[in-house]
Amino acid sequence: MRGEDGVPSRVRIRTEPLPTTIASHRTQGARINEARTAVFDIRDMSVHYGNKRALTSTSLKIYRNLVTAVIGPSGCGKSTFIRSLNRMNDSIPGFKLSGHVRYHGHDVYVPGVNRVEVRRRIGMVFQKPNPFPKSIYDNVAWAPRNLGLRSELDARVERALRQAALWDEVKDRLRASALSLSGGQQQRLCIARAIAVEPDVLLLDEPASALDPVATALIEDLMHTLKNRYTIVIVTHNMQQAARVADRTAFFSLDRVEQVGTLIEYDDTETIFRSPQDTRTRDYVTGQFG
Amino acid sequence: MSETPPDIPTDGPALFDPTAPLTASGNLRRRAAVDQVVHFGATGAAMIAVAMLAIVVYGVVSRGAPALNLDFVIKNPAGLAGGGILNSLLGTLVIVAFGAMIALPIGILTGLYLTEFAGPRSRTAYVIKLALDMMQGLPTIVVGLFVYGLIVIPEHVESGFAASIALAIVMLPLMARASQEVLLLVPGSLREAADALGVERWRTVLGVILPSATGGIATGAILAIARAAGETAPVLVVNSLYNPVTTQLNIFGHGVPSIPMLILTTTDLAVPQAFVRAWGAAFVLLMFILLANIAARVLLARSRAKMGA
Repeated sequence: MRGEDGVPSRVRIRTEPLPTTIASHRTQGARINEARTAVFDIRDMSVHYGNKRALTSTSLKIYRNLVTAVIGPSGCGKSTFIRSLNRMNDSIPGFKLSGHVRYHGHDVYVPGVNRVEVRRRIGMVFQKPNPFPKSIYDNVAWAPRNLGLRSELDARVERALRQAALWDEVKDRLRASALSLSGGQQQRLCIARAIAVEPDVLLLDEPASALDPVATALIEDLMHTLKNRYTIVIVTHNMQQAARVADRTAFFSLDRVEQVGTLIEYDDTETIFRSPQDTRTRDYVTGQFG
Repeated sequence: MSETPPDIPTDGPALFDPTAPLTASGNLRRRAAVDQVVHFGATGAAMIAVAMLAIVVYGVVSRGAPALNLDFVIKNPAGLAGGGILNSLLGTLVIVAFGAMIALPIGILTGLYLTEFAGPRSRTAYVIKLALDMMQGLPTIVVGLFVYGLIVIPEHVESGFAASIALAIVMLPLMARASQEVLLLVPGSLREAADALGVERWRTVLGVILPSATGGIATGAILAIARAAGETAPVLVVNSLYNPVTTQLNIFGHGVPSIPMLILTTTDLAVPQAFVRAWGAAFVLLMFILLANIAARVLLARSRAKMGA
């Protein structure tokens, strides 16, 4: 439903306040600006799968010790974007990336970059909890063992489980199978597993979409504490979740003409939800998308 | 942006009268008859297949069981058609075990290559899979002849070792394909999880993927071994000259007695007592394969349960 000039005809001035709650414990300070250290500096990133373009020239910076949310409708390239940051897309046949993904100034996609090393620094938690079919303890201890972090392994495992707010629930059954945990516990175990190797960045690809509201709330609380130590990028379908946890929000959508994932707007979360610059962002965050 | 859906026609004659009683109408009677024929045809065919197995098993058990007693499996043959079959039993075990030692590692590694290291569009992997499938269809007598040329002719002696090699060739494609199948069952999400932790792929294979697939791989190994244990043609070609009344466990440079060969030679004797012995040996072989299959199934079920599949 669009007017003749292609502008959605429903766009109108809203008089009531936007219904979204904005997190109160967001990192305070003036507008988050260029003075912060940028962990990722992404320039003109485009992604193709074979001949199909999935994401078109995206440029943005992701700042240190902030939670950056990536929101947008299904198929707009959110997952493609986040998975491109630690080269998880490399194994997908036909994946091609152009432009630059700079991580602390180093291009992630140049010859000589070891993608195992990239992922060692940039950890990831997935949509569906995917614990190894091992014990709770071994799930967390496996990667540190393989990376040579063997000293004080018990302490490391306990620390990771505590940081993931799972310790109290599992401390008496560390040898039990991880598959015996509930979905929400499994997902927190996956977070513990990811932070046990102390990465620099934590990428979360819709980490709460398979969980119930209670488990979701736990994971969101986690993010507020984890960002003191890690830089977090979270993909979410849930706008309230973005509003609750994120300092910065990037809104992706499908390009009107080419139907390719495009970054529409990227700003402080408050700006995105209270006074977006783009009408498409406004439509989406007020639930008038499509 | 949304398009209006196409109009649903509201006029024109209805395909059936919705108020008619709910008995078969239209061509439903004919369709039901066809359904019955297909149903009974398929069920019948399945029952014939099972009946065949039952008849064979019954035949072997009823004729072989009388020959069975403890002496039959713990004593060597005596005279023309007396004594036990211990030497053949041990011979088969040694030949198959040595063949398995060669085929299992290569087969498992091949499976690992196909699933973990070759990309999804790898041409090399495609060629390997094709080769394995053709190898699986290779007549085993051809394998026997090949090994005859490869080992028996240069060494001027038939040997258990040659039989082991031939059986390894029989087992290899079974093992590789079975490993590949179960490795494919390991969820891709586990590989992603391990990748995202910054751990090298070979460590992931050893630490996560192989442990998840152990049950399935063991199943494949058991089935391959059971198949090789009953294989006769290659053993006949490369390992048919041996002393039939003594135990020979050294497979290098010596012919080694085996159960398939025992069955073959004793039935050739045309002596009634020898037939009984042949049936008894067949019974032992059949039991081994049956038990191996059951064990394989149990293992596979367990490993499936572990993976939550």
